[in-house]
Amino acid sequence: MKDRYERYLAEREAYFDRIRGLGRRDFLKASGLVAAAALATGKVLPHSFQPVDVVRADAPEKSFRFAYISDSHLYEKTLNERFVRAILKAVDDVNAMDPQPDFILYGGDLAQLGQPKELEEGAQILKALKAPVRMMVGEHDWYLDMGEEWRRHFGKDTYSFDHKGVHFVVLNSVIVEDYWTAPKMTPMERMKAMAQLDNPNGRPFTVGEAQRDWLKSDLTKVKPETPLVVFSHSPLYKIYKPWNFWTDDAEEVQKILAPFKTVTVLHGHTHQMLSNRIGNIHFHGMLSTAWPWPYAPQGLPKLTVRMNRADPFDEFDGCGDGSVDVFRSGRVDKSYNLWSRNPIRVSAEYLDSDGASARPPVETDVNY
Amino acid sequence: MRLTRVLALAVLLGVIPLSVGHARAGGPPVPLPKGVPADLWELLVPPENPVTPEKVALGRKLYFDKRLSKDGTVSCATCHDPAKGFSDADKVAEGIGGKKGTRNSPTILNAVFNEFQFWDGRAASLEEQAKGPLINPVEMGFANHDEVVAVVRAAADYRGEFQRIFGREPTIDDIVAAIASFERIAVTGDAAFDRFLAGDAGAISESARRGWALWSGKSRCNTCHAFGQSTPNLSDNKFHNIGVAAKNKDFAALARRAASVKDPKELAFDPEFTELGRFVATKQPKDIGAFKTPGLRDVALTAPYMHDGSEATLLDVVNFYDKGGEPNPYLDGGIVPLKLTEQEKKDLVAFMESLTGQGSGSPTRPELQAPTAKEGSR
Repeated sequence: MKDRYERYLAEREAYFDRIRGLGRRDFLKASGLVAAAALATGKVLPHSFQPVDVVRADAPEKSFRFAYISDSHLYEKTLNERFVRAILKAVDDVNAMDPQPDFILYGGDLAQLGQPKELEEGAQILKALKAPVRMMVGEHDWYLDMGEEWRRHFGKDTYSFDHKGVHFVVLNSVIVEDYWTAPKMTPMERMKAMAQLDNPNGRPFTVGEAQRDWLKSDLTKVKPETPLVVFSHSPLYKIYKPWNFWTDDAEEVQKILAPFKTVTVLHGHTHQMLSNRIGNIHFHGMLSTAWPWPYAPQGLPKLTVRMNRADPFDEFDGCGDGSVDVFRSGRVDKSYNLWSRNPIRVSAEYLDSDGASARPPVETDVNY
Repeated sequence: MRLTRVLALAVLLGVIPLSVGHARAGGPPVPLPKGVPADLWELLVPPENPVTPEKVALGRKLYFDKRLSKDGTVSCATCHDPAKGFSDADKVAEGIGGKKGTRNSPTILNAVFNEFQFWDGRAASLEEQAKGPLINPVEMGFANHDEVVAVVRAAADYRGEFQRIFGREPTIDDIVAAIASFERIAVTGDAAFDRFLAGDAGAISESARRGWALWSGKSRCNTCHAFGQSTPNLSDNKFHNIGVAAKNKDFAALARRAASVKDPKELAFDPEFTELGRFVATKQPKDIGAFKTPGLRDVALTAPYMHDGSEATLLDVVNFYDKGGEPNPYLDGGIVPLKLTEQEKKDLVAFMESLTGQGSGSPTRPELQAPTAKEGSR
């Protein structure tokens, strides 16, 4: 905890230094530069545009794009309409993509408390998506009835598929050891315990031995040079155990993925921008449509470009959806479509270079 | 938070000694009405253009002078008329030859408190702003600023004044410096609400008092139209998409297109481009369809409302917010249905009506009107 507090103090100090160091004229200059330049003729001349999605001459050849929507945490809309509005906004976003993505990954936690009506509502909303949807399960979908209702709607929770030369694997990474049978918890008590962020009696997420065995056997038919993209609800590495920003057998899963040349893991659960690289594996977080989590006090990967805290008066701020560009090489660029902010792209080059090049632009709007 | 405002707050909180501001900008040449913080006013006057009585007088004359348009029919006051709350009571501005603009004329009252000028904020100062309409073909219509300067230089009645104040022949920078100086004293205050805050409980009606409570409560108006020491004009000086532009058909498609274009020049030729608001100035996707939060002092005088004048009355404005604005892909996340009762809506209107400046803070006070022939020939 100490390092975080010290960083906070350092940032605060830097902030006030900046204010003390600048005269009013400089402030105006800084805030008004763009505006000043645009005025000249009283007409609007578009210029000085810094496209977020810069196409570079040496950009790798793009193979295809898929989109994602994640962590909608739906209640019945008579209880909470806001999260319904948010997932509908994401569906609108994705349906407006031109060209359409090849498919859409749903990243888990469609429901808040695994209720049949919540899952039904979510399933109906996702039907409006024009492109095909690939589903992944989250703990909020699972622990009322151990996934029974979710599987009835969406089928298997662990599966793989091939798309344009890339092998995709979808895991259920929210398996925890049984801590509910002994104290005779009801299904709803179990669900509510699992729905807590900071549950002192909780257990860490795992992929588990059974799925690891399945994964090994699934990958036996895949060549090491075939690009691999893995979807997991929890990050397949360790950030902060008390919040389950964590997969307990992450190292064992990483070992199974290690022989492959290019591996990308996309995860939900953390509701924030997160980037990491471990060996040959690139990791990207997904945004939630419902709310952003603060960053955990420990364990943040150094490659992560942090998003600033959300404006509490803007229900969409810090939330969003996104897309992934897959290149012929199998590497991916990950785009965070942050509502109320400018989109941010985290490129394969940035992760490959260990942060030395192609650093994503951080939000410069001092409002955030 | 904008840095200017951070600085303003720092001064108000005593972090930066105010004497620095005094030394640089000088105090206001006229007493400021109640409700207008003099220290904030001073801070917002650029040190390179201190407000002096002479400059204000010159700026006032220029402001009301129709010779400052290509065909001699339009002055600043044509669209920013003191009799109409320094606006024009039209949906959109009308310039030379009856040409229509695309946006509602914003009031210049208390514009000194705006950190950005124009609905899309593309000018950072009142000086920069004043240069715009002079050469806008649908406003005052000059081809360039040289033409403006030529007109002023040719007018014998200005020659001595520019010499005396600026020590040279008129230049475009001196012209707008004078106009901006006049605009900076066009502050209003001493509204019924200011007297209420000062302790006169009976200064505003029961309904307006309920409206004030709603303002910062259920109706959430204060999210953007906050009232406080650093925001005496009830604006957060930011840009928000509340869906006004989305009333026009096809806005959603235009907005999606704007967000994905690689070269925004291709959008510049679209007649609907102006409806993209702040995006026009920044080219940042988050600014699509966002317009500046206007200040609300004297708002009862400046109907119709919104950047396109599309809401006729304050009650219409309240109804627009009550339904949660107009849905569009970039709608601000703070804009949600409010479920106000009819009485609550009336209370909010009553509160806004209590913000009209009076007495020494009235927008119709003599020193803000067109100069008389005698004053004009000084």
